[in-house]
Amino acid sequence: MLVFAEALRNGLGTYVKAITDPDALSAIKLTLIAAGIAVPANLVFGVAAAWAIAKFEFRGKTFLTTLIDLPFSVSPVVAGLIYVLMFGASGWARPLLDTADIQIIFAVPGIVLATIFVTFPFIARELIPLMQQQGTDDEQAALSLGANGWQTFWYVTLPNVKWALLYGVLLCNARAMGEFGAVSVVSGHIRGQTNTMPLHVEILYNEYNFAASFAVASLLAGLALLTLALKSFLEARHGSELARSQKH
Amino acid sequence: MTSMPHSTLARTRGTAFAAARLRSRSALPCSGLGLIVLIPLAGVFFKAATLGPAEIWNIVSSERVLAALKLSFGTALLAALLNAVFGLLVAWVFVRYEFPGKRLFDAAIDLPFALPTAVAGIALTALYAGNGWIGSLLEPLGLKVAYTPLGIVVALTFIGLPFVVRTVEPVLRDAEKEFEEAAASLGARRWQTIWRVILPSILPSLLTGFALAFARGVGEYGSVIFIAGNIPFVSEIAPLLIVIRLEEFNYAAATTVAATMLVVSFAMLLVINVLQAWSNRHSIRHAPTAIKEK
Repeated sequence: MLVFAEALRNGLGTYVKAITDPDALSAIKLTLIAAGIAVPANLVFGVAAAWAIAKFEFRGKTFLTTLIDLPFSVSPVVAGLIYVLMFGASGWARPLLDTADIQIIFAVPGIVLATIFVTFPFIARELIPLMQQQGTDDEQAALSLGANGWQTFWYVTLPNVKWALLYGVLLCNARAMGEFGAVSVVSGHIRGQTNTMPLHVEILYNEYNFAASFAVASLLAGLALLTLALKSFLEARHGSELARSQKH
Repeated sequence: MTSMPHSTLARTRGTAFAAARLRSRSALPCSGLGLIVLIPLAGVFFKAATLGPAEIWNIVSSERVLAALKLSFGTALLAALLNAVFGLLVAWVFVRYEFPGKRLFDAAIDLPFALPTAVAGIALTALYAGNGWIGSLLEPLGLKVAYTPLGIVVALTFIGLPFVVRTVEPVLRDAEKEFEEAAASLGARRWQTIWRVILPSILPSLLTGFALAFARGVGEYGSVIFIAGNIPFVSEIAPLLIVIRLEEFNYAAATTVAATMLVVSFAMLLVINVLQAWSNRHSIRHAPTAIKEK
């Protein structure tokens, strides 16, 4: 891979120095924090949304399904923009924030929000087709045997989809850590404070510090390769189950 | 397997009770969706609406905005078309042929999904720049890729390929070889088989893949800004223009460009959806067996 070759062009010493730079370290930390909040949040939303859509009939279901996919067809830049409009200096939620003394734009909460937005569909999309195909037979059996709703969900529904869930989390995490456009708009690019790894790559690149830029990029590329490896592993081991969820 | 209607659960449990449960369960995703996705998104249109038609027209019809919009939609369209062709070929090879290293290639197809866009951007730029591995081969031929609109197409093609491959592949796998053999044994020539048997059955999925790649291409930011060179009027994409206006604190202009992009994308996706519905009906008429199987 080119990224690794470029990263190591100036020798291992430069590479290590670029990665252990305090700004780089803080970028890595922020990326981990943002993904660490966004992925669990979407895990809850995704499972709840998939559960409601796959197991129940209600009006406006198609509408809800379309809405879940919406972040896929919205530009990440627009995703960032909407939060700036809402919480930014002249945003309409601004007075509320000022009284509570919360900073969202150009701070960590904004980055987390933007990350949640762009990764919103990943888990739900992975689960819905599979859950729909499994139908409600298992749940009905559980309910008729006296399980309550929560038990049914925890012991029947969730184990049925656990591999698809893991798959969704994997993709969601990859996107969350690598998101650039949306985060770039809301972050404000304050070095050492609101810079995530992809943003740090851009800054170094624009300073013509190519070796350092590719060094940080190589970490992200490594993450991508790890994601792909885990994904192929899951596909090989639980292929039949996942294949079903892929067909839609 | 007899498939139960999905509503059975709700019905057997007593409608009122189930409805109450449902409300509490779907409250979470709905409120999440509403707070994080819908309200902010609606904010774009509200903000744009406060400007008044004359001002909106002023912003949209300015040459720089028009050039950026044209470039974004043009390159995305071109890249999506390229992806439709190559993605179909790749999916075809994966479904029909066995070759060494297939699983590795299969995983590599998803690389653009997994690779952060900024990383893809700097890697492609390094490859296609005048002194890069590929760029140094193309430059003597008079072909400049990096820092031109061509570079944008390259980046968008890279980003969009897995969308087409992954949507067409499962359908192609389902379209069994028997149909082709039947067609051939009934005297169809190769291209007739492709045109009349294979294409109608995969057309809806191909359109979906095309639409996904296109939508992604229009909005793509991270991978493009590195390779495009970002020269106003020449290689400045619409999302970048939004960012530039935002950095100037010109929220009105940024919002208007964003709203225009959203409207045009939704209109195009609507057209593709209609096309898809049409080709679905079309393919039912032409390949009845393929549908009955399902």
